Formats: sequence, structure tokens, C-alpha cells
Amino acid sequence: MSTIEISNLTKCYGKNMALNDLSLDITEKKIYGLLGRNGAGKTTLLNLMTNKIFPTHGEIKVDSETVFENENALRKIYYMTEKGLYPEDMKIKDIIKWSSEFYPNMVPSRAFELAEKFDLDLNKKYKGLSTGYTSILKIILTLSSNAEILLFDEPLLGLDANHRDMFYKELIHHYGNTPKIIILSTHLIEEVADIIEEVIIIKNGKLVLKKTTENLLSSGYTISGKAEDVDAFIQDKKVIGTDTIGRFKYAYVLGTPPSKENDQVDKMDLEITKLDLQKLFIQLTNS
Amino acid sequence: MLLDFNSEKPIYLQLAETLEDDILKGIFEEETQIPSTTEISMNFKINPATAGKGVNLLVDEGILYKKRGVGMFVCSDAKGKIFEKRKKAFYNNYIVALLSEAEKLKISKNEIIDMIGKERSKT
Repeated sequence: MSTIEISNLTKCYGKNMALNDLSLDITEKKIYGLLGRNGAGKTTLLNLMTNKIFPTHGEIKVDSETVFENENALRKIYYMTEKGLYPEDMKIKDIIKWSSEFYPNMVPSRAFELAEKFDLDLNKKYKGLSTGYTSILKIILTLSSNAEILLFDEPLLGLDANHRDMFYKELIHHYGNTPKIIILSTHLIEEVADIIEEVIIIKNGKLVLKKTTENLLSSGYTISGKAEDVDAFIQDKKVIGTDTIGRFKYAYVLGTPPSKENDQVDKMDLEITKLDLQKLFIQLTNS
Repeated sequence: MLLDFNSEKPIYLQLAETLEDDILKGIFEEETQIPSTTEISMNFKINPATAGKGVNLLVDEGILYKKRGVGMFVCSDAKGKIFEKRKKAFYNNYIVALLSEAEKLKISKNEIIDMIGKERSKT
């Protein structure tokens, strides 16, 4: 049983506030999507959770123990970072063996098995890996770390469609066998929308929302049709945003969708569809 | 099994329907095991909780049952139950929708009956 408690977390770089009094509890074994625009503070948050950098204010606890210079708490987390930290001339197979010395729970045989699946050449040197294969190596190490909490920061960087597909399957497989807290920070929202059970959106260093994907997407609906009809319909509604293509307009509305028999919807030939995570994300985080 | 991710319908409902279709088609026979929730979620790349919700829906309806420590199985009377349920839904999903679309296109009742007759004689 692992829990992460983040309280009043602030991180300043000079005058720039990367995180601003952010509080967040992550207590359930779920796959979480950590979403935010560039510079929102996602990586800063992950770096703080793993004691790579230190908070200006606030605290992070794992199972009620601070992560600040606390090996016992940090050991429970495996963090797949964007940047690689391996010696350039080291061969892949040695990186796997070396990592399993640092992480005693790591299962090297699992890593070798995954390497074969992903077609990763074990005799290659780290510096010889392409961007895609660098990501693959880090994915493999994370998935075989057996840590209680897994953090992925942009795991899909440089991966082709086949490898991304494999990553999703291996991630679900791993989670299915050993449910745990998995946090996925990525910009590929559309692709992960069906995989993540809960969404955490941050903006300008603050928490915008933390909700199950299902609740979030059912908190509103999309209504579309001729622009003037849509405008008439949304007059008294809570609108999060709109998109217009020529005379056609989409509006993203909060609340329960009207029934299909609703006079206005029927007469104006408006279409009601569900919200989509990526569109909702864009509306919630622009401006 | 196929899912339409652009559909208005929630994925767990689509999954439940697909499993029902596969039972009707005999892909999953009565008293045999269906894939595990993890296998299903891997296959469709959906969250295991979503897959679980779809499977549990069919458990509640007496179409699937759980054998502890083994997995999910198709109930012995599953086909009959699905037929009954689908027949009830047929009126709402197809007849009502057909008539409302026909009204939009100004297709008369007799024209619809002719179309059905034509299509039926093909088979």
C-alpha cells in the first residue's frame, strides 16, 4: 500500500515560480495522467517527488515519510526521466545489470525479455542509441524495476507507432499483474485518454483538477451545428470553449446533456456528442 | 472484438456489447472461459478498470460468472438472455430510430415496408 501526499508545494527558480502552493494526494493504485502544457510544472513536480531537486516550501511524503533525502521512501519510486543519466560508453546489457544493483527489486531477466520484445540490441553502447531506443531502454528499466510507484516523464519521446502500441500493452500488462500507482506525464493526450483512470491537470504551477477520466468526461458534452443555432442554444449554458469551422460551430458545455427529444436540439438539428479529453484539456489550459 | 473509440457510447458499454456479440456468434461458448480483464484491456489499450466495468455489467446480468481463482466464464443460459435483452432493445434502437430518420427524409411508411420486403427477398 503506497500513498503520496503532496502539501503546499512551492518551487521557485529565482523569481520564476515553477510550482505554486500545490497540494495533492495520490492514494489509489491507478494509472494517472499528469497533464499540463509546456512549462506547467510537470517535470518539476516529478523531480521534487524523487528528491532530484528540493522544494522552496512544502513537503512530499510517501507512506507518511518525507522523500527529502530519505532513501527508504525514495526506494519505493522508480522515475523514468526525460534525460538519460548513463555512462556513454556502457553497453545496454551492462546498464541493465548495473541498474539492478542500485534497485534490488529489479528483475534483470524481465528487462532482458522486454529488450528482446522491443528489439533492443543489448550489445550496443548507450551513446549509439537513437532517441526512440533511448526511450525504450528507460521504459524497459522502469517496467522491470518492480518499484511500488512508477513515474514516467514523456515516455513516448521518439517512439514509432508500433513501439508506442507495445508500450501501452506492456504498461497495462504490468499494472494488471501488479496494480500500483503509475503516473504518466505526456503530451500525447489522445493516445493515453483510454488508458488513464484518473487525470491530474496542472497549469502555471497550480492544480487545476484531479478527477477520474470518466467523471471528467461526463461532466459535460459537446454540442455542434450551425453557428447561430449553437449560439442560441448555449446562451444560458456554462460554456468552457468553442471551435468554429466556417459556419459550423462546436461548443463544449458543462452540465447534463439535453435529451435528444429536446425541442431546441431537435428543431435546430444540433448534434450532441461526448467531450473528448484532449479538447477539454486545451480549453481548460489555454489563456 | 472491435471497439469504436469515436462513438458516443462509453467504452465499457461497447465492450459489454462486443462480448455479447461474440457469445451470440459462438466465439465464446457457454461454460467456457473468456479472456481476463488484463488481456482485454491490453488488446484494446484501455484502462483495466474500464474493462472490469464492462465485464461486471455482464456478471450483474447473469451472462458471465466468476470462478474464483480461475477467471470469467460464460453462463450456461447466456445466449438466451442476450437474445431476450436484444429483442427488447431492438424496438427502441432500430424501429424508433428508423422512423425518426425516415420522417426527416420524408420517406412514407409504405416505402419503408417496400424497402424491407426488397431486402428480405435478397436473402
